[in-house]
Amino acid sequence: MSDLEMPPKIAPMLETRQVCKQYQSGTTTLEVLRGVDFTLEKGGFLAVVGQSGSGKSTLLHVMGLLDAPDSGEVWIDGQRIDNLPGREKDRLRNSAIGMVFQAYHLLPELTALENVLAPLLIRHGIFDWFTQRGIAQEKAKVLLDRFGLSNRLHHRPRQLSGGEMQRVAIARALITDPQVLLADEPTGNLDEESGAGIIEALAELNRDKGLSIVLVTHDADIASQARGIVRLAAGTVDIMDPGAADSAA
Amino acid sequence: MADTAIGDMYKLLLCWRYLRTRWIALASVISVTLGVATMIVVNSVMAGFSHEMQTRIHGILSDIVFESHSLSGFQDPQWHIEEIERAAGDQIAGMTPTVAVPAMLSFQVRGQWVTRQVMFIGIDPRTHAQVSDFGQYLQHPTNREQLSFSLREGGYDTTDSQNPTETPTRPALEHAGWPHRRMRVERERLWKERLETKKSAENSATRSVDQQVQAVLAATSPEDISTEAASDATEDGESRKNPFQTARPAQGRVMDLAKEQFTGIVPGIGLASFRNRQGVDQFLTLPGDDVKITFPTAGTPPKAVSDNFTIVDFYESKMSEYDSNFVFVPIEALQRMRGMIDPQTGIPSVNSIQIRLKPDAKLNEVRDRLREVFPSDLYAIASWRDKQGPLLSAVDMEMAVLNILLFLIIAVAGFGILAIFFMIVVEKTRDIGILKALGATSSGIAGIFLGYGLFLGLLGAGAGLVLGLSITYNINQIRQAVEWCTGSRVFDPSIYYFFQIPTIIDPVTISWIILGAIIIATGSSVLPAVRAARLHAVEALRHE
Repeated sequence: MSDLEMPPKIAPMLETRQVCKQYQSGTTTLEVLRGVDFTLEKGGFLAVVGQSGSGKSTLLHVMGLLDAPDSGEVWIDGQRIDNLPGREKDRLRNSAIGMVFQAYHLLPELTALENVLAPLLIRHGIFDWFTQRGIAQEKAKVLLDRFGLSNRLHHRPRQLSGGEMQRVAIARALITDPQVLLADEPTGNLDEESGAGIIEALAELNRDKGLSIVLVTHDADIASQARGIVRLAAGTVDIMDPGAADSAA
Repeated sequence: MADTAIGDMYKLLLCWRYLRTRWIALASVISVTLGVATMIVVNSVMAGFSHEMQTRIHGILSDIVFESHSLSGFQDPQWHIEEIERAAGDQIAGMTPTVAVPAMLSFQVRGQWVTRQVMFIGIDPRTHAQVSDFGQYLQHPTNREQLSFSLREGGYDTTDSQNPTETPTRPALEHAGWPHRRMRVERERLWKERLETKKSAENSATRSVDQQVQAVLAATSPEDISTEAASDATEDGESRKNPFQTARPAQGRVMDLAKEQFTGIVPGIGLASFRNRQGVDQFLTLPGDDVKITFPTAGTPPKAVSDNFTIVDFYESKMSEYDSNFVFVPIEALQRMRGMIDPQTGIPSVNSIQIRLKPDAKLNEVRDRLREVFPSDLYAIASWRDKQGPLLSAVDMEMAVLNILLFLIIAVAGFGILAIFFMIVVEKTRDIGILKALGATSSGIAGIFLGYGLFLGLLGAGAGLVLGLSITYNINQIRQAVEWCTGSRVFDPSIYYFFQIPTIIDPVTISWIILGAIIIATGSSVLPAVRAARLHAVEALRHE
């Protein structure tokens, strides 16, 4: 339905078509996603809401190539990606998709700066790295500086507050200049103030840089700060509000 | 190309960070280290012992021994030598005939006769040095250069010439030679005189003690020695031309034992001495003493004959089997006494021909070539390795078994790494999920753990190499320290024939040990690495 409304020549940033996903738990089969059609326009900022168990996170994982759908298709910028070989998926996760998690998921052994550099460390070979290192470190410092973390470069995650950790995680997601940012309850573990700061930062990225964002949350207040809302219920899209046409793009 | 290069950097970084924060892994490094160090030390010491033993075995044996099955030997050694020359002359450096018979050696210790079973070997002093290192083992420096079966006028080494600094001295050898012989003869004469004077008893005037002392001093006065030494030197030259010269005085003449000797012999030092707990050699008899040797003649049936001989030197190959068994004598003397010289033609017989090969010659090839030429029912042809085959193969076997056992230590360390790595994979499950979410490939994840295992292997093997080499280089100091601490002897020189623990560091063996340790350490990390690589990203991220 929704894709019929779109002008055919402009491919959406991220799209799922009839994605189904079920989990086997003992003898019972849990159908988490039952044919989800989801579209994120370029420069869009969609909040995915729904009750616990409605399949929000699973949908995000499928879109972020962390999980494969049982059926259906995932498209990114006009390219089908769910059927790509493993290495291609790894490459896309490393370059086209940025992810932010509720539990921050920083590597405890690395400093804030190294955590931000991690995707580039993964991308580059050892000799490559020596030529890229200066540029990459500069870029990481600029990103951390933008999130007010310039005095935390060499701190380990456990020496940082939750808000700081999440900002490091966002900086890590942005270091690769991704086409789309997928955020899974990024404020879930944070107090209200830090959470508001994180959402403000995401909104600013969308507004200023035209970054396409999918934000999964169960909080209606936070969802209202996105441009559009998608509500999931019982594994299907209940309400789809793509929001205002992106004037920024 | 770029695909394969993906991820070197974070692997290195993570390996390094894991190594720094997971001290438990160092426990397995320590066991790898200890295993490698032990293997290096044991292999070096075993190789040292084995080499020492082989040089000793080989030192007195020639490369190839060409023997007759019969104790009577074969006739005409010159013809045999020529035939051997024709068969394999291009690889032969020298040959010498020998006669060897079992014999009984008897000598007097404080008036008591001591009899030992020996192997009596006749050698040619002119050519024997070409085939074995026999000459190197003698106690008189001049004899080491050119063996003579004439008794020397003193000058025997009072230290072990093969190891002068670390072994106790042998003061008993200081008076060995003619001075010892003259003293003994004089003592015996005085003893006999006393017995006679006792017999002829009270009324005849006994010589005063003063007179007796004067007599002894006169017998061993310095000028006396110098003149004797001079005459000895000339005799030396003659004896080389005519080895029978000193064998017997002319018929009917009574020998002056203080000035003449019987046929010279060179027994092994183990026959004439024993080594006490302190490692000091105690001599029962010395060069200059006379002994009786009983041996079979060459006829059928063999008859036992006895004769007197004079000890002129000792040899010490440090191989106790030889040192306490062999007695050397000039070959012509033995041939004559055993009746091995054909009375009509004058052609002698010998038991065996000792063959020394050129340095680059092939031992077994020459042996096999000779075996083709000479019938095996008449001649036994064996290399020195064949002769000591059971001993050498026992040592090889011992080394192989030890190596297997010690390698199991490293294998145990491998299982330690396996267990610790599984723990780390479980502990780091979430991190693995994170890396996958950031785009790390499965092989990249596996690479972290393999690289970590390789790190541990390199670290353990490197530390083991350093530890093993430093122990090996300082093993004798360590032995001394242990002896000093415990007060007991770790390495008893009365059992072993050397005063130092010998070691040989073989780079090839060490490379294999290091390589094996690294392979085991890396190999043990394969299973955990595969498990880590197969983790599902979403499940891994949920792991707490």
